[in-house]
Amino acid sequence: MTARDLIPIAVLTILAALLPLAVTSSPVLNFLVFMLIVALGAQGWNILGGFGGQFSFGHAAFFGTGAYVTAILQLRYGVNAWAGLVLATAAGAAVGWVIGFLSFRSGLRGSYFALVTLAFAEVLRILANAASFTGGAAGLLIKLDVRAANLQFADRAVFYWLVLALVAAVLLLTRWIQRSRFGAQLVAVRENEDAAKALGVNSLTVKLRAIALSGGVTALSGCLYAQYFLYIDANIAYGSWISVELLLAPIIGGVGTVFGPVVGALTLHGLGEVAKQFAGRIPGIDLIVFGGVLVLAVAFARGGILGLLERLRDRGRGVMARGSKEVSHAGR
Amino acid sequence: MLAVEGVSKRFGGLMAVDSATLSLQPGGIIGLIGPNGAGKTTLFSMISGFVAPTEGRIRFEGADITAEEPHRRAERGIGRTFQIVQPFAGLTVCENIAVGAYLRHAKRSDATAKARDVARRVGLDAELDRPAGGLTVAGRKRLELARALATEPKLLLLDEVLAGLNPSEIRDIIPVIRGIRDEGVTILMIEHVMQAVMNLCERVYVLAQGRMIAEGPPAVVCADTRVIEAYLGHGAAARLRAEGAVHG
Repeated sequence: MTARDLIPIAVLTILAALLPLAVTSSPVLNFLVFMLIVALGAQGWNILGGFGGQFSFGHAAFFGTGAYVTAILQLRYGVNAWAGLVLATAAGAAVGWVIGFLSFRSGLRGSYFALVTLAFAEVLRILANAASFTGGAAGLLIKLDVRAANLQFADRAVFYWLVLALVAAVLLLTRWIQRSRFGAQLVAVRENEDAAKALGVNSLTVKLRAIALSGGVTALSGCLYAQYFLYIDANIAYGSWISVELLLAPIIGGVGTVFGPVVGALTLHGLGEVAKQFAGRIPGIDLIVFGGVLVLAVAFARGGILGLLERLRDRGRGVMARGSKEVSHAGR
Repeated sequence: MLAVEGVSKRFGGLMAVDSATLSLQPGGIIGLIGPNGAGKTTLFSMISGFVAPTEGRIRFEGADITAEEPHRRAERGIGRTFQIVQPFAGLTVCENIAVGAYLRHAKRSDATAKARDVARRVGLDAELDRPAGGLTVAGRKRLELARALATEPKLLLLDEVLAGLNPSEIRDIIPVIRGIRDEGVTILMIEHVMQAVMNLCERVYVLAQGRMIAEGPPAVVCADTRVIEAYLGHGAAARLRAEGAVHG
């Protein structure tokens, strides 16, 4: 990675880190934290779906695993919350690897893979809802005990910075993937799996690595969710709402790009909040906005917001290049 | 170097390849010709690992690779191109070739350097930063060739790289293929453009209806009664000879 790869990430992270100094209202910070948690989970989805082309409709399986693992470790085994964060991430990666092994080994692709992931998430939701180990339908409440050692902070801004740091870390990870052999092979598998195999790419291994990474990152976001809101149940942690959120954000922002998931999450939740301000009495207005944005993105901005910006920039450059050519012709 | 021993492939009731045998020594360009539907591409797919043979074995440099995955064979040094070109359409030409180069170069800078080097050899250096989806047919054929070459193969399987090209494009690409051979890569090529086969190949194998019916230098094989009949139908060889006698 070169400085050119790192500077945009550093600049945006620093700017975002300054936000809590200007904004201190807790609803706004709540909104920002929630949005960053979604962005983090969406970054996870983007590793597998964006770079690897394996569209998952069931990333709730990882989000929920992260949330439940940290909650159960703390409540039942008295494990430290920070250790829980690490173990939850590892558990998400392991669940990803298992789901990947079962579905990629049997050659599932495209819509079949999407349906299988959806099924895994639903099975986990139903199990978590039924088992007493996971608190059943009543869910799990993490004890309120505000201490940094418990990953609970008196100041919301601290949690915001923590999530932001992790989002930035995954931005770096994604940039590294983009610049590495692993990333090139992953994209090759997305574009044409047979051609990739003929060039010596072990497509099964590459996809398994991607889904394990993806599952780990998304589990991390689920873990942070549990840690921030201190309550989860099966319909929150394994609910299809989060699967949809996590795939919507990268698709809106720009699938297979480094910043796409973050841009998408910001746009969706920003617009959702604005809609709630103006039409708060209509329940679900933010979901209607999500739907509208998705339709617009699919119809007019293939490649998402970032893809659209790039095309506009290229068009701008094209006009300029043509302009300068005419000038040079005139000069002759 | 490559030994295909009595390999067969059955698709339901159709015997696509029927106990075909073929053996290659290192070096040179060997042709694989035959009428449409003879099983040439199926045989290629079995050598490169995309299709598992129903019977027979395939050996490469002494090792039995019959059951190996395509990517393992690529690691061993078997490169292939696809008859229907398969570019990574969303990537640039350079990125396409780099995927092949990453097989032997883990570092991005090394892989990119290798990709540029290969692009120059096949005459794609002007197109490096263009999206592969925007190339002409001739460009895509060169890209197929470049990607396979970037894996630094010992044996290169070329599946109709000349098909769909116009005569001047064919004239341009023939020296490229010769150049690859001169660097020590063994080439096995499926080709319908007979002028190119006669021009390039030292030896050809003829496959018809799944069976290997002839083998030898191109000039000899083309005069072979069985080969003429495979292409033109039963009795054609005798008819041609009779006509030749009249005109002679």
